[in-house]
Amino acid sequence: MMRWVRLGLPLLIFTLLVIVLARGLEFDPRHLPSARQGKPAPSFEVPTLGSDQVFSTESMLGKVWVINVFASWCTACVIEHPKLLKLSQRPDFNLIGLAYKDEPAATAQWLRQHGDPYRQIALDLNGQIGIDYGVYGVPETYVINPQGVITYRHVGPIDDAFFDQHVAPLMAAKP
Amino acid sequence: MSTERNPTNDLTRMSEPADSGEIERVRSLTEQLRCLVCQNQTIADSNAGLAIDLREQVVKQVRAGRTDTEIKQYMVERYGDFVLYDPPFSTTNSVLWVGPFVLLALGLLLVWRSVLHRRRSPDAPSQPSADQHAQLQILEARYQASTTAVSAPSRPKDSAK
Repeated sequence: MMRWVRLGLPLLIFTLLVIVLARGLEFDPRHLPSARQGKPAPSFEVPTLGSDQVFSTESMLGKVWVINVFASWCTACVIEHPKLLKLSQRPDFNLIGLAYKDEPAATAQWLRQHGDPYRQIALDLNGQIGIDYGVYGVPETYVINPQGVITYRHVGPIDDAFFDQHVAPLMAAKP
Repeated sequence: MSTERNPTNDLTRMSEPADSGEIERVRSLTEQLRCLVCQNQTIADSNAGLAIDLREQVVKQVRAGRTDTEIKQYMVERYGDFVLYDPPFSTTNSVLWVGPFVLLALGLLLVWRSVLHRRRSPDAPSQPSADQHAQLQILEARYQASTTAVSAPSRPKDSAK
């Protein structure tokens, strides 16, 4: 009995260590957990692109909505853009763009070139809204529930599972 | 409120702060905050866009008279504990803080046990256990019983005599 413990215990510890370290290899250190997830979305009210309207987060209360942080200088944004264009065909997909630290003229030019999936485009000229949301890499996408709470934050280009896993369930839960 | 404007010329103004105490505070704070984009640099070291913005933010808040704790709190609310180079103890990182000491204690325990064991061992061979003693008696009996070369297989040397 004692002998099995002596032989088995180091083997067990070694195996556990291998499993833990192997899992660690899969983590991307660039993907940080969002400090804002599960917290109320910071409110803001800013001018929008191409109109004299003002976008206010309060106007979105009661709806499931998504903020997509993008910029014309952001190369990875081009990757996810077709997915956003496709999703924007759904009438219930409230997609708001946040043009992050970008010249409005450059944003407009970029959207003419790649297509415009957004309902409205809020202008974050100096990146203050980005700081308030904890944006550290563009593109980032935030899902906000009808109560105004951030339920999910995605860093980098969204994948195919994004809508089904993080937006659709919220919409289904809504009465 | 997030709508307040943060003029881009903040940087030029920040190069000539009002007094050296302010410079010192800004330096010490920016050296304690991690740049999220280039993760092994502080926001004082980094020239990434976000690091510059966060430096401006620190300058602005130091000017506004906010305390170091308030400024760090501001960053943690937005970017999480990861933004601090010296993160506080929490349930998620408890293993990292406590783990090495647990392993050290475990190691010391093992060393202590093996030292004790080794100290006792010089006497051990001269005193066979009850089990071994019984086996020994059986073997001896067998050996004496057989005067021929046939003997217990477990003691080949004895049989060779």
